[in-house]
Parts: sequence; C-alpha cells; structure tokens
Amino acid sequence: MNNDIIKPENLVYTKTPVLNDNPMHYCPGCSHGVVHKLIAEVIEEMGIQEKTIGVAPVGCAVFAYNYLEIDWEQAAHGRAPALATAVKRLWPDRYVFTYQGDGDLAAIGTAETIHACNRGENITIIFINNGIYGMTGGQMAPTTLEGMKTATCPYGRNTAINGYPLNITKLVAELEGTRYVTRQSVHTVAAVQKAKKAIRKAFENSMEGKGTSFVEIVSTCNSGWKMSPAKSNEWMVENMFKAYPIGDLKDK
Amino acid sequence: MAKFKGTVVVNTERCKGCELCVVACPSNVLAMSAQANTKGYNYVYMQNESDCIGCAACGRVCPDGCLTIYRAKL
Repeated sequence: MNNDIIKPENLVYTKTPVLNDNPMHYCPGCSHGVVHKLIAEVIEEMGIQEKTIGVAPVGCAVFAYNYLEIDWEQAAHGRAPALATAVKRLWPDRYVFTYQGDGDLAAIGTAETIHACNRGENITIIFINNGIYGMTGGQMAPTTLEGMKTATCPYGRNTAINGYPLNITKLVAELEGTRYVTRQSVHTVAAVQKAKKAIRKAFENSMEGKGTSFVEIVSTCNSGWKMSPAKSNEWMVENMFKAYPIGDLKDK
Repeated sequence: MAKFKGTVVVNTERCKGCELCVVACPSNVLAMSAQANTKGYNYVYMQNESDCIGCAACGRVCPDGCLTIYRAKL
C-alpha cells in the first residue's frame, strides 16, 4: 500500500455518504448496487438529499430504503408510479423517483406505469431490467428473452406458449406524457458514467414540469442467470443488448 | 512510464468478492485475496501495486462502494 499518497488532497473516488454503511443484501456483483450508488452520487452532486423522496418497489430492491439516506416510501407491488404521483402532487418541490425492477414495473405494475407516463407525471422512473424475477428464485418475467432459460421456462422461453419479450421502454416512449426515455447499462466504466448522466438529467427534468423521465438500466442477475458476475456482463452484451439496444429513445 | 501513481484502499468487510473491479482494471492491478472476510467472501487486494494509475475504474464499477482511490502525480 502506497501510504504516502493516501491523503485527502489525492482522493479521486470514494463511496458517497448518501449511500450509508449498511451492508447491502444484494448478491455479489448485482447491478442494483451500482445503480443505488449512481443515484446516491447524483443526489450528492445536486445537493438535494433533503429534497428527494424515493419510492421503493417489491422485489430485490424492496430494501432500497435501508441504503440511501433520503426519504422513502415503499409501495405495494407495481404501484410505485401511483404512489409517486401522489407524493409529487402533494410535494411539488421535491425530487420524486421510483426504483423498480422488471417484474414490478413491466408485469404487475404495467397499468400504473403506462398511466403515470401517459399523464406526464413529473417524476423519474428508474427501471432495472434483468429479464428475470430475482428475489423469488429466477422465474420468467415479461422481459425474459426468447429462448432464455429460467426456473419456470427451463427449456427456454417459447413465444408460442409464453408470448414475446415486452419492450416496455419503447412502449412508454410512444406516449405523449413522457419527456425523456433512455436505456442505459452499468457493465463498464463508460456505461456507468453515461448511466449517471442519464439519471441526473432525469432528476433535473422532473423539476421542469414537462413530463415523465424514464431511465431503463439493462442489468444482470448473476444468481438468477446462474453465471459469474463477469460472465453475466458478457452474456448481457451478447444477448440482452440485441433485444434492448442502449441509447436514448426520446428526448424532447 | 505512467505519469500518475495510484492506490486503492479496500473496505474488506464490505467487499463481496464479485471480481467486477478485477475485470474493469486497465492495468491488471487487482486480484482476489486468498483470505476471506467475516462473511466468507474472498476480498480484492492490490497484487501489482506499482502499476496502479489511480484511474478509479474499479471504484466506479464496484456495486458495493468498497473501494477508495487516491492518485498523485509523479
């Protein structure tokens, strides 16, 4: 250890205090940790720790309120955008965001998501898409890829029986109420930086009263996919990015 | 010859040994320790300390915020 350069003036990067010291319950290498950290960094950089209200989902991220030192609500399964609507309308000067997985946002919460986006609520929706139900044991989600193996489709998703992967981000981009719809990932340093910029832009948009900002993060679930974290990232680049290409879908 | 010298301080108790930082490091500085923390995870450590340029790539991809990076000009 180069103890001589460990000085405050040489500090390049450290964990933001907005992300507290509670050990996160996520599996090693889970994308949730990176996205939590990015949200915490954006909140710290914008200086809005006292003005941010998060709405946690049901799923792996249900305990998000244990890790970020901001105000939180925890919504019923899929109802985060409805709850965020209420919070934002009652507290219009607060930065309100929801943090949801694919099972929460694209399955049980489809109606809430689409209607909140269609009403153009001035909230930020962070959507973690890993194509699987992580918390309950790796079952098929609406966003599961064609041919992808899960606990409930062990021979791969068969579109004749299970239907097609739901590209809900493309769907909400079609709605008049959304202002900014983007798809990012966090598998490399460059991707992490881009995702952070997108989250910051979405937070800033939510104060301008011009509609909903929707940030999808294509993520990995290495436990559910049954791969190592590094291998999951490779698999995501090869397979997930074909169905869910990275980039801005709408920015007006 | 690198123009910067860096070092990584690992919060070994928080590290879950996912190895994403090892993959992200452009200078192949990091490796997994043979020792485990109290949770049983093998944590990351600096194997080739002299190659570190303090770019903070490891810190940015770390899902658990275990890494603190320092950098000084040579």
